[in-house]
Amino acid sequence: MSFPWAKPYEPKHPLMKWMDEKLPIPRLVYNATGPGYPVPRNLNYFWNFGVLAGAALMIQIITGIILAMHYAANVGVAFNSVEHIMRDVNAGWFIRYAHMNGASMFFIVVYLHIFRGLYYGSYKAPREMVWLLGVVIFLLMMATAFMGYVLPWGQMSFWGAQVITGFFSAIPIVGEPVRQWLLGGFVPDNATLNRFFSLHYLLPFVILGVIILHIWALHIPGSNNPTGIEVKDEQDTVPFHPYYTAKDGFGLGIFLLVFVALTFFSPNMLGHADNYIPANSLSTPAHIVPEWYFLPFYAILKAFTFNFLWIDAKLWGVIAMFASIALLFFLPWLDSSPVKSSTYRPLYRWFFWVLVADVLLLGWCGMQPAEQPWVILSQLGSIYYFAHFLVILPIVSRIERPLPMPNSITEAVLAKHAPDAASGPAAA
Amino acid sequence: MVRPLGFLVGLGFITALVLAIFTTPLSNEPNVAYSFVKHPRHVKLASDGLVPHWDKAQLQRGMQVYKEVCSACHSLNLVAFRNIQDLGYTEGQVKTFAKGFQVPSINPDTGEVATRDGLSSDHFPAPYANDVAARAANNNAIPPDLSLITKAREGGKDYIYSLLTGYQNPPANLPAELKPGTGLHYNPYFPNLNLAMAKPLNDGQVTYADGTKASVDQMAKDVTAFLVWTAEPKLVKRVQVGWAVFFFLLIFTVLAYLSYRNIWADKKH
Repeated sequence: MSFPWAKPYEPKHPLMKWMDEKLPIPRLVYNATGPGYPVPRNLNYFWNFGVLAGAALMIQIITGIILAMHYAANVGVAFNSVEHIMRDVNAGWFIRYAHMNGASMFFIVVYLHIFRGLYYGSYKAPREMVWLLGVVIFLLMMATAFMGYVLPWGQMSFWGAQVITGFFSAIPIVGEPVRQWLLGGFVPDNATLNRFFSLHYLLPFVILGVIILHIWALHIPGSNNPTGIEVKDEQDTVPFHPYYTAKDGFGLGIFLLVFVALTFFSPNMLGHADNYIPANSLSTPAHIVPEWYFLPFYAILKAFTFNFLWIDAKLWGVIAMFASIALLFFLPWLDSSPVKSSTYRPLYRWFFWVLVADVLLLGWCGMQPAEQPWVILSQLGSIYYFAHFLVILPIVSRIERPLPMPNSITEAVLAKHAPDAASGPAAA
Repeated sequence: MVRPLGFLVGLGFITALVLAIFTTPLSNEPNVAYSFVKHPRHVKLASDGLVPHWDKAQLQRGMQVYKEVCSACHSLNLVAFRNIQDLGYTEGQVKTFAKGFQVPSINPDTGEVATRDGLSSDHFPAPYANDVAARAANNNAIPPDLSLITKAREGGKDYIYSLLTGYQNPPANLPAELKPGTGLHYNPYFPNLNLAMAKPLNDGQVTYADGTKASVDQMAKDVTAFLVWTAEPKLVKRVQVGWAVFFFLLIFTVLAYLSYRNIWADKKH
């Protein structure tokens, strides 16, 4: 499960020896995130985001448990119970704003974590399982965030629930019954709010469980690194502790500074004004938009405006939106290039950055009303999104000629520090 | 297997999208109202920015405007009388203020519906018993509760201030279908251009105890400041605590950085 040179756990204190015989949790921690886990020495700052995502989840769980002590999941009082937290609960405004913006911070670090994986080929063999579990976590996060946004029972909560559960009614024949079954009624109401609260409390712990599997699967091959070259010997690695605990501590500081600035200085920047209006089933907001982290997918949903074949436009949109995430499950096999890191992939690198720009464009379009030029831009953006993963990537990985690569991580590191660094990685 | 199948699926989506592009008109249906709606004007308040404070004199004036003008139609359900101690009133003043309101209650002997004097723990009483009454009295539009109004509208406080000061005669070139109907009033800051609320503020409408001249602009600013407070009574405290947390974390981050550099000093990476 680890490299042969991993430092073995040797408890010295009698209590730790006793513990190690009965329940070796200290050994587990030592080997997972301590000196017993050798990690490539060349990880850059983009490798901080996994730990930061874990920190964001813990913040969400802690603030969430406290909020649940004061929140009431009933359509009659839910909105006012949130305002009670904001006004009357000691430091309630802080807990609630931290939870609200913590969700955004969680998505920011997870998106950076995902794009890190895309750039450096972390989804490829031998880490396919790490990637697959990661996509599962992403899906669970989206479900959790969506249901959490419904809980304050504001206008955007209600109409968001209406629109999102409406996707299911696009499915032929069974769609409408499935939607009613999910909602527990014909429209979002008390039954919906109660089940969303229950699931919103449950799913973070499911996420926690899948994260444990994600880390477990990671520890079998060990971490990827910016060269994408696998670890060969001891000098390629450093022990996780103290090297990466120290680096992650610094990363955590930066993360918390951004988080604090958002929570205390501009807590409603990423929210919608409409959600401070109590839910009203008789008054549709002029402009229903999901939270920012769903916008690219929302743009894909809205891009399909034509009834093609026997499938109508709405169903196309729903299928495409789910497919845009589901295709990530197939990514390790869509990309057949044996080279992981984009540093050595001159062609893929360009398409990667086009994808980044494309997702940002889709996010921007998702925020706009269904008017031109936003409709055509989201259509073009969606074309590139699907083309990137399903057409371009398989072809590029066939035809691309990778750049010369160093023989090992250490060689790459030493070449970088050589006095004549200009000759680059090919110097060897 | 994955790649050929993925290729076909991809072509399917792309074909549907290409057809969608060619069948969607590139021009928008013209929306004339857009050209008449104005962007909110900025209003500067003491509670703005990164070093906010409450201008208590202004908040007190704003509450007077709410009480004497807005409260005829608009509720303030989330605010309790005890909360207005934040505006610089003493506990005794709050009690007296609360007593001036009649709040819904029941007769303690017969259980019949009655009213009693307000207590500090009561919330501002609503002007209408229910939505039906509110609708009936206001040309079929329910006056919204004002507790959260500066957070519940795009443009926030600027929008509220602009709306209150923005009433004017419809411009001459306004198309007939956008002209205000019966019981509606033209205001270019309102997204629909015409709203059921008549111009609420007129010069000298209230008499300020501190001698401030009660112009429309002054009253609009004051009541906007008050409504920023009602929407988030913890706003100033929030930013103050934020700075303390921020500086604490800044020190933590610098120390974490130094320890990171120290630990890695002998390792090339």
